[in-house]
Parts: sequence; structure tokens; C-alpha cells
Amino acid sequence: MSIVALARRAAIALGLPIVLLAAWWVASADSTSPFWPPLQKIIQTFPTTWTWDRFVGDVVPSLTRLAIGYALAVIVGIVLGTAIGLMPRLRALSEPVLEFFRAIPPPVMVPIIALFAGYTGSLGKVLTIALGCLWPILLNTVEGVRGLEPTLTDTARSYRLSTWRRLTFVVLPGASPRIFAGARQALSIGVILMVISELFGANRGLGAAIVQFQRSFAIPQMWTGIIVLGLIGVVLAALFRAVENRMLAWYQGQRQIERGE
Amino acid sequence: MSILKAPLTSLRPERETPARDDAVALDLRGVQKTYDTPGRPQVEAIRRLDFSIRKGELVCVVGPSGAGKTTLLRSIAGLLELTSGEVVLDGATVTGPPQGMAVVFQEYGRSLFPWMTVRQNVELPLKEKGLGKVERRAKALTALEEVGLTEAADQHPWQLSGGMQQRVAIARAIAYEPTVLLMDEPFAAVDAQTRAELEDLVRSLWKRLGVTVLFVTHDIDEAVYLGERVIVLSNRPTVLMEDVRVDLPAKRDQLTTRSDARFGELRGHVYALIQRAKRGDRPDAPLPGGGA
Repeated sequence: MSIVALARRAAIALGLPIVLLAAWWVASADSTSPFWPPLQKIIQTFPTTWTWDRFVGDVVPSLTRLAIGYALAVIVGIVLGTAIGLMPRLRALSEPVLEFFRAIPPPVMVPIIALFAGYTGSLGKVLTIALGCLWPILLNTVEGVRGLEPTLTDTARSYRLSTWRRLTFVVLPGASPRIFAGARQALSIGVILMVISELFGANRGLGAAIVQFQRSFAIPQMWTGIIVLGLIGVVLAALFRAVENRMLAWYQGQRQIERGE
Repeated sequence: MSILKAPLTSLRPERETPARDDAVALDLRGVQKTYDTPGRPQVEAIRRLDFSIRKGELVCVVGPSGAGKTTLLRSIAGLLELTSGEVVLDGATVTGPPQGMAVVFQEYGRSLFPWMTVRQNVELPLKEKGLGKVERRAKALTALEEVGLTEAADQHPWQLSGGMQQRVAIARAIAYEPTVLLMDEPFAAVDAQTRAELEDLVRSLWKRLGVTVLFVTHDIDEAVYLGERVIVLSNRPTVLMEDVRVDLPAKRDQLTTRSDARFGELRGHVYALIQRAKRGDRPDAPLPGGGA
């Protein structure tokens, strides 16, 4: 029974990707266009292109920059967001500025940041990722903290919980569903910025590799790069969901019961 | 087995309690609250309230809807700043949430932390008190035992029924070992049967633990059934309508007490007071210009 259920889940998860790949395979099979190579050829190129050396040389640096930038955004976003959410004065003061920065598309920041932090180093790229990821996390944290159930706040106050305990046991857990919603948005922005930040000036990295393939007319290799990017997206989303399911189990359970009633 | 050490004092309160009696747990002196938010119309919620509660007493507060019951409770709990007057708990003026006071709110579903288990909910205030892990756990288990919820200790509040959730909130309050327990319409949202059970639970806990209880409700029957005294409030701006002594036997029972002739008289008396209050008939307020 459980094996059947498992097989069914696998079929549901893999069904559409298999259909799409098959369609790609058939549609591109007889292609003679150099820009649109047959999928068969792309797959044949894959093992020779994405060797261990390339993985260490291009994928690892990109992912490391993403991890650092994202982590920075999460930390700064939650700390600042909590402070702004808890202090109405600070919120009134910072709201127009936040709206201003939020309206700027993050890729626009790439050349500006590069001016200050350099085109080739990691610093500019990390900063680009961090700045782009910051806004959804920050703004969602503010909303999550503001939206905290007043009775919970009263309860925490009447039991004289210290500021630190109130933050760690009441405010942050209470805001965590919104924080996760922001972090999820930020993750996809982070992946986009990871690639974009390498398009302008970088020697190594996933985005840089894809651009180099394209400039040297290594078109099948370029396509493999796109596939690698897609796979990274899938893995990151799965990791995120695993963390979320663990941290927000109470929230999901509560919502399930509320909906059931 | 009692987890509270306070002695059960005599349940024969005098109407005119001296202001600085050692036996007074909670004293309201000229309590007044006007909501004055800039840009909004001023609302005078409580005009003047003076009453005191002796140690170990169980006092119910009733009033017509909109009588500022919740405002009063939040003021006593130190969650709301008074416009004038003072609330004195154990001889000290309340300026913020005081030590030795626990509050059970009406919305049980929103006063328990959904991300914690029942046990963690009960233990959190004890952690703040600085109790060690072993002691915390023991006290939490004792309190859960008192309310009959030992099995639910490792469940989350939202997995429990409404009545059970309110039991958790009560367990958390008694584990905290307060000298005064405030309850804000705690059973307004549970069904009638559960309500009767919870009322008896409050009576038995109060007797066993000797804690002072201030119980706010809109339900006249509940007030008379539970209280040693019923404080009836006027309509807004609130003043005291009457402080009714409930001279029913200390041992109360859902069946016999409620069919007792004296219960009916008291209930009728409080009911008539509330009806008068609803019509806007109110004793002259002790402030100039008072009365409606």
C-alpha cells in the first residue's frame, strides 16, 4: 500500500517534467539550427561539460555567494523588520524610505554596486544578492510582527516575560509564517541575482559559464547550463520546504484544523 | 494537594472594608479611565470605581454589555494605564503587570501560544520566574493534573477542544502561583455543558488553592453561582451599581444550588439591577456632574 502510494506520488511529481522533456526531445530531434540543438545532443554534452572541476570552479562559488548573500539578508531582514514592527515611531520614520528602495528592481543595482565593490570580486555579487533578498524578508517581518495577536502580547506582558523571552518565544514564532513567506520570495530573487550578478563581470560562476559558452558558440553547453540552473532551483526549493515544514509544523497543523471545522 | 501556600481565609467579608487592611488582596481607589486618543472622540469608560477584595475571596463582576468590564480587568492587570485613581495589590500600587497576578483571557484560542505544546505553555512563565527545569516540569504537571489534562501535556493547544484549551490557560495561571487570579469572561465561548464543568473547576481550585479570584462575566447565573460577592456595574461611564453579598452555602452544586430559592432571589435581584443599568438608571456618581 505504502509502496503504491509512494509510486503514485513519484508519478505525480515526475509526470509533467517527463512529458515536457519528451516533447522537447521529439520537437528538437531533427533540428539543424545551431542555436536549437537536439535535446539528445545537449544531454550527450552534459557529462563532459559538468565535470567535477567545473562543479568546483563554477557551481560552488556561485552557490557560496548565494548562501552568504541570502543569509545576510535573512539576518538583517529579521532583525530590522522586528525592530520596525515593534516600534511604531521607527516604522513611521522608515516606511517611505523602505517603499522607495523596494520599488527599485534589484538588477539595476548591479552596475551601481559594481562601481563601488568592483566588477570581478565576490563582494559586489554578494551585496547584490543580499540587497535584492532583503526587501521581501524585511517587509514581511514587519507585517508579521505587527500582525501578532494582541491577546498573545497581553499574555506575555501579564506574565512579565522579559524582552528577550518575548522576542524569542512570542514575537518571532508568531511572525514566522510571514517571515517564511518573505524568505521564500527572497530565495527565487536570490537565484536570479546570483546569475545576473555574474553576467557583467565574472571569471567563474554559473552565470559567467553560461555567458562564456554563448560567446564561444558552444550552444549545447550553454543549454546544459540552463538545465543545471533549473536543477539548482528545484533542489533549493525542496530544501526550503523541508525547513519550512519543520519550523511551521504548528502553523500548518493549526490551519488544517481551522479549515476542517 | 495544594500548589499554592496561601491560607484559605474566612469567607465572611465585611461590606465596609478598612482601606489599609492586611487582609485586603486587591483595592481599587477612585479608579477612572477615559480613552483619549488624539483624533478620536473621547470615551469615558470608567467614571469612578472603589471596591476591595479580601484575600481568598471569589468575587464576580457583572454589568450590561459595554459596561467597561474588560477595561476594568485590563486596568487591574496593569495592561492599561488609569486616567486617575489607583489599583493596589498586596499593598503596592499597580503600575504595570504586577508580580503575583495571573490573567485568564476570554479568547483561550488566542492566549495560548500555538507554537508550543501544552506543557511548554504552562512552563514558560515559570521559566521567567527562574525555576529550574525539574521544578518547572513538576509544577506544570501538578497544575495540569489539577485541571485534568495530564494526557494532553505534549499536544499543541489547537489540537484540543475549546474547553480543554481554557483548562490549559487555567493550568498555566495556577502553576504561576498568583495571589490574585483575574478571569475575563473565560467561559463565554464554550458550550453550556463544558461551561458548567469549568465553573465547578474554578470553584474547587479556588477552595483548594486559597487564591483570590476576580471573575468578570456577563452571565448573571454564573456570577451568582460562582461568587461570594457580585459586583454589579452600571452602564458606561461605569460606576458601582451595587455590591451584592452572595449568602449561599460554600458548597455549591450545579443541581441543588441553582434550584435553591435563595439562588433564585439573588439571581432575580442582580437581573433587576442589570436591567436598570441597561436603561441608564444609575446611582449618582460621586463625581460632580455624575448620574444620568
